[in-house]
Amino acid sequence: MSRILIIEKIGSMTGDEAVAYAAKQANVDVICAYPITPQTIIVERLSEYINNGELDSAFIPVESEHSALSVSIGASLAGARVFTATASQGLALMHEIVFIAAALRCPIVMAIANRALSAPINIHADHSDVMCERDSGWIIFFAENVQEAYDLTLQAFKVGEDHNVLLPVMVNLDGFVLSHCAERVELLSDDEVAEFLPPREPIYSIDFEHPITYGPLALQNYYFEFKRQQEDAIANSVPKIEEVAKEYEKMTGRYYPMLKCYGVEDARAIVIGLGSTVGTLRAIAKRLRKTGEKVGVIGIRTFRPFPSEELIKALEGTEVVVVMDRAASLGSTGGPLYLDVAGALYGTGTQPLMLNVIYGLGGRDFTPTDAEHVFRLALKTAEKGRVEKRTLWIGVRG
Amino acid sequence: MSEKKFKSKMPEEVYTGRAGWRDLPIAAMIVEPGSSMRYKTGAWRALKPVYYIDKCKRCLLCWIYCPEPSIIRKEDDTIEINYDYCKGCGICAEVCPVGAIKMVREV
Amino acid sequence: MDRCEGVMGVFIKTIKDLPREDLYIAPGHRLCAGCGPAIAIKLIAKAFRGPTVVVMNTGCVEVSTTIYPYTSWKIPWVHVAFENAAAVASGIVEAFKTIKRKYGKGVVPDVVALAGDGGTFDIGLQALSGALERGHDFVYICYDNEAYMNTGIQRSGATPRGASTTTSPAGKVIPGKLERKKDLIGIAVAHNIPYAATATISHPVDLINKVRKALEVEGPAVLHVLCPCPLGWRFDSSLTIKVARLAVETGYFPIYEVEHGRYRINIPIVKPKPLEEFIKIQGRLAHLLRPENREILERLKRDIEEQWKTLRALAKLEIE
Repeated sequence: MSRILIIEKIGSMTGDEAVAYAAKQANVDVICAYPITPQTIIVERLSEYINNGELDSAFIPVESEHSALSVSIGASLAGARVFTATASQGLALMHEIVFIAAALRCPIVMAIANRALSAPINIHADHSDVMCERDSGWIIFFAENVQEAYDLTLQAFKVGEDHNVLLPVMVNLDGFVLSHCAERVELLSDDEVAEFLPPREPIYSIDFEHPITYGPLALQNYYFEFKRQQEDAIANSVPKIEEVAKEYEKMTGRYYPMLKCYGVEDARAIVIGLGSTVGTLRAIAKRLRKTGEKVGVIGIRTFRPFPSEELIKALEGTEVVVVMDRAASLGSTGGPLYLDVAGALYGTGTQPLMLNVIYGLGGRDFTPTDAEHVFRLALKTAEKGRVEKRTLWIGVRG
Repeated sequence: MSEKKFKSKMPEEVYTGRAGWRDLPIAAMIVEPGSSMRYKTGAWRALKPVYYIDKCKRCLLCWIYCPEPSIIRKEDDTIEINYDYCKGCGICAEVCPVGAIKMVREV
Repeated sequence: MDRCEGVMGVFIKTIKDLPREDLYIAPGHRLCAGCGPAIAIKLIAKAFRGPTVVVMNTGCVEVSTTIYPYTSWKIPWVHVAFENAAAVASGIVEAFKTIKRKYGKGVVPDVVALAGDGGTFDIGLQALSGALERGHDFVYICYDNEAYMNTGIQRSGATPRGASTTTSPAGKVIPGKLERKKDLIGIAVAHNIPYAATATISHPVDLINKVRKALEVEGPAVLHVLCPCPLGWRFDSSLTIKVARLAVETGYFPIYEVEHGRYRINIPIVKPKPLEEFIKIQGRLAHLLRPENREILERLKRDIEEQWKTLRALAKLEIE
């Protein structure tokens, strides 16, 4: 049974529970997910809500993640508001369908409790699962804490279903670190959510008056155009993401821009990260700034579409940028986030020294001590004025 | 909520292969049902069926078995061959029990 | 002559009872001349009633009927991937039911998942099994041309023993596919579904009645439709119906149905024609008539005999 505690719109819940609670308040129509640690609590809570009559939704217990997303696409094309969740191997298994969901423009919301990819099998926090999907055309949000996991799930429905966007959205929360840790969450009332998220109004769902063929074969003479359309769609989602964030701020006082910046205006060294690590970095940065060190932190809330413009502006004038990657792109020049940042900055004139830190794979803890080490390394690099070793694996023994 | 109207018509240029990405309905949706009728597969034929109506017993086997379908069933259960789509497979001639359809070379 | 024994609520008695027009599919598709699956989808569509959604797997029919910007479908039609028609169909039917219940909007249409043997027997088996276990109200029809025809005639789990395909060629050392064909209806019936049946295109009244019955039944129904392929089975395009009829008359493809576990043989073959008549007409099997391939031909014949023995025994069982 549910153990979450809610007293007058303040809840004590884990990340998984918060996401499930948001999906319930969003009044989703179809939920289809296959259990995988550390997402299982989301699925379990939602089943409880439905079986206790708190949520009127179809719960389809599929036989694999591949079918989970396939069922979700079918339901989305039929016009339903759809929610699913997965992690790690499950996301890898549904990989082919992930691309199809975005290409068929189904506004599905999928929560991902980020977990390492096998082998060896590991169930802990790691971003390698979602990084494999970064080219898929989904909008990708990262939550820094349980509050954000709740807020971003609600915002995801509104952004994805907008008629000018029509794209699926991933909401990422670190496995176990966020998914299974209880934090204080400020909730909206059911009525407030109902007003923020009215029932979905699809514009091209299955209609017997206007029959449509979905998912045809497109040969060399047409495929290219549809991919160009997707690129246009995801680029144009930026204003909508901003608009929804501002609307949410009016309701709650909480505002999440594409980049969450702290201390960047006068920073010599800025560390960029995704997910829960950003919280650790900010706490250490605050401590260091009190002693006069000019350091800054950027937490990327929207990873796709990648906020290049905002990043270039935020990094102007800084000497050293450290990109934290909780995933490796093995055999490449750096982790996936590093490649995106470096690619965004190249040739723009904003050319700080760059370091890439691979950390935390397989749930290896990234402690405040590690964070301080990273900042000091960045400042030392700023002093030296050159980079000695571009990519560092911090926290690994040997 | 919606400023962009869903494109509910296929632009004519799409059938000449010149439509650009801005003109096409999204997600490769084909919004014109039965648009394959614009593609005349009759051009594939090497053999062509010829119908001898005086032999026809109106059994309708040719009509039920045509794969396209390119055999039209008339009110009196005689048939008419739609040469726009007939690929000349010869099934109609083969199943006809009285030889009312014969395949000849397409000239 | 085809009979449909003991079918309740027979939809049609003869082909003349069918509507004249094709309301659901249009010509102009790019399936081969004489294509068996083309005949099958036309006949299947004749059994549709009211709003229908067709969900397909990747395969010959999907690829040939929906080459952008042309579509042969006049109804809503969905294709997602190769192995998940059953899953997508599950999502569609549950979504429509939920929307109707929650908001009082819309109708609950018939949802028909249509897939080839490749996307059913092999890669699609998991999704089919899951959908059947969950008991969604939909129809799953497998159009079986006994190989992965769309990608170039490679063997599948539905290819019969001895058949020559591009990945099981009749070579000097190995004479074709060595493994026996899977029993799809057996697999479906193992999920305790209300209705499963075989059918083929040479017996259109039987096929159409079974599709209508599958639509009317509440819960999942599985149809296994044999569709000869002129290109893959190597025979002249005019002989498709003749080959299908020989498949039935030689006993190669039994026509039967299973209603809540009760087996009924719709076309009992008391004196089957010799299997050689079915074999000699097809290039993919003709090599079995050579003396050096006697053994595998005997095994194929035994497969068919065993299947009939089991079917007859099952048809005799008393099940309430």
